[in-house]
Amino acid sequence: MAFIIADRLTKTFPGETRPAVDQVSFEIKQGEFVVLLGPSGCGKTTLLKMINRLYEPTSGRLLIDGVDVRSMPATALRRRIGYVIQQTGLFPHLRVEQNIAVVPQLLRWDRARIEARIDELLDLVELPRSYRRRYPRQLSGGEQQRVGLARALAADPSLMLMDEPFGALDAITRARLQEELLRIQQRLHKTILFVTHDVDEALRLADRLLIMRAGRIVQFDTPLAVLAEPADDFVRDLLGADDVLRRLSLLTVADALASDGMNGDHTAHGIQETLNPGDNLREALIRVLRSGGRPLPVVENGRQLGRISPDIIASALTRKTHALPD
Amino acid sequence: MRYLIDNFPYVLSLIGQHLVMSGLSLAIALVIALPIGIVCARVARLRNLVLGILGVIYTIPSLSLFVLLIPFTGLGLRPAVIALVAYAQLVLVRNVVVGLTGIDPAIVEAARGMGMTAAQRLWRVELPLALPIILAGVRVAMLSIIAIGTIAAFINAGGLGLLLFDGVRSSNPEKIIAGAVAVSALAISANGILWLIEQRVFQATRGVTGTKN
Ligand SMILES: Nc1ncnc2c1ncn2[C@@H]1O[C@H](COP(=O)(O)OP(=O)(O)OP(=O)(O)O)[C@@H](O)[C@H]1O
Ligand SMILES: [Mg+2]
Repeated sequence: MAFIIADRLTKTFPGETRPAVDQVSFEIKQGEFVVLLGPSGCGKTTLLKMINRLYEPTSGRLLIDGVDVRSMPATALRRRIGYVIQQTGLFPHLRVEQNIAVVPQLLRWDRARIEARIDELLDLVELPRSYRRRYPRQLSGGEQQRVGLARALAADPSLMLMDEPFGALDAITRARLQEELLRIQQRLHKTILFVTHDVDEALRLADRLLIMRAGRIVQFDTPLAVLAEPADDFVRDLLGADDVLRRLSLLTVADALASDGMNGDHTAHGIQETLNPGDNLREALIRVLRSGGRPLPVVENGRQLGRISPDIIASALTRKTHALPD
Repeated sequence: MRYLIDNFPYVLSLIGQHLVMSGLSLAIALVIALPIGIVCARVARLRNLVLGILGVIYTIPSLSLFVLLIPFTGLGLRPAVIALVAYAQLVLVRNVVVGLTGIDPAIVEAARGMGMTAAQRLWRVELPLALPIILAGVRVAMLSIIAIGTIAAFINAGGLGLLLFDGVRSSNPEKIIAGAVAVSALAISANGILWLIEQRVFQATRGVTGTKN
């Protein structure tokens, strides 16, 4: 059974006529990375906050791991869900170690276990252990967000809610944190609901994109599927789905070779540039163009698997985006 | 100055009385103001009403408030402390409210989102973060208590006001000067000590101290 089941979840704020979230239903599997995307005011934050009951739904039902969230005290529920927000919300009067220890303390872990966990988490988010004694004010924005992530992971929740966690960071810091979040996700298999305004961030992180507009879900599918077949013009515009490079960045060299039937010649060409099967096609296209449009060999473990030419990239693009794998 | 030197033990005992009266008043005032302030910070509709009432109390001339209390309490320390507690409420409650409502909403949301109960949030997050502003209120309240406390001598509550009233009655400027100097010294030291505490707390709660605990 799905890990999270939302059944006609609705939130109408007092004094409002239009619901902020309107009859939203969806299912999310354990370990899925779901990115919520949509214009400002469409209800992403409201939806997220109904999951940890910072907002109580006006109507509808929400099950996590088969249990109705209203069947347990809100505080007990929240201690089992990691929560990360853009402003970090770190406690300025507590040191990094004390910030990280908050939820384990609420759960009455013993001292030794908490101490060990703090070190483990600092390692995980790649902060030096010497930062334990620092205050949030003594950290950069990116470091603060790492502490925020460590704090949310502290009691090892299986579900993480993240509301534009990297929204206030510069592009380079954001890219590094995205990478680390993916790495952490691959290691820990958390179920993650992640809100962002940044389309590239969404495409990069998401197993599935949940696209909202005016309180409703307009499309909920894999990035590739959403790019290839946007539900309507709104989604197309929101994602820049016509952007060829964006679509290419979701395909790999291996995808292109598979659909091309491996018809390259296998003779060695001396010293020349090669591609890896795992490279994305956007990268591959740039390198093919840079070498004057000549096909580049794809090499894995010293074995040539085939060659990538502009034609192959073009046909991979059309084939992949019309006949989708499920 | 000669009076002060000749009667030093007596002046010292009056300082002691004044300090007991002020300290007692401040302590009681805080015990009352904290819960009122916490409730007012939570319930916006109560806020203006309560602060309005406390503002009115604050404007009653102190001498008349002392005298008005006599029929109910008799003379002495009791009406003095009651009046001083009442005066201190405005500053204390207002600073508790300002301190609590001024906390970054993202911090409160994080505390809620992590599963703290309302009480845990208050004790572990909100009160520590509001503490510098609350302490600033305590300092201002203490200074006005010390000043207004001199008038309490008029209703037999003792303290340094005795020197002032006696000095006026017997046309003894030496006594008046001794009283004034003693009150000022008391107020200045109280202000300094409380200010130092406030600064330390401010640094600790804003996370700007060094690495020592
Ligand atoms: N506490 C509240 N009281 C009343 N209305 C609210 C409240 N919070 C949100 N709303 C309204 O509900 C709608 C959805 O808001 P929400 O914060 O969920 O949007 P969002 O998708 O997260 O937007 P953004 O991308 O700007 O963060 C908006 O119209 C907003 O004005
Ligand atoms: Mg939002």
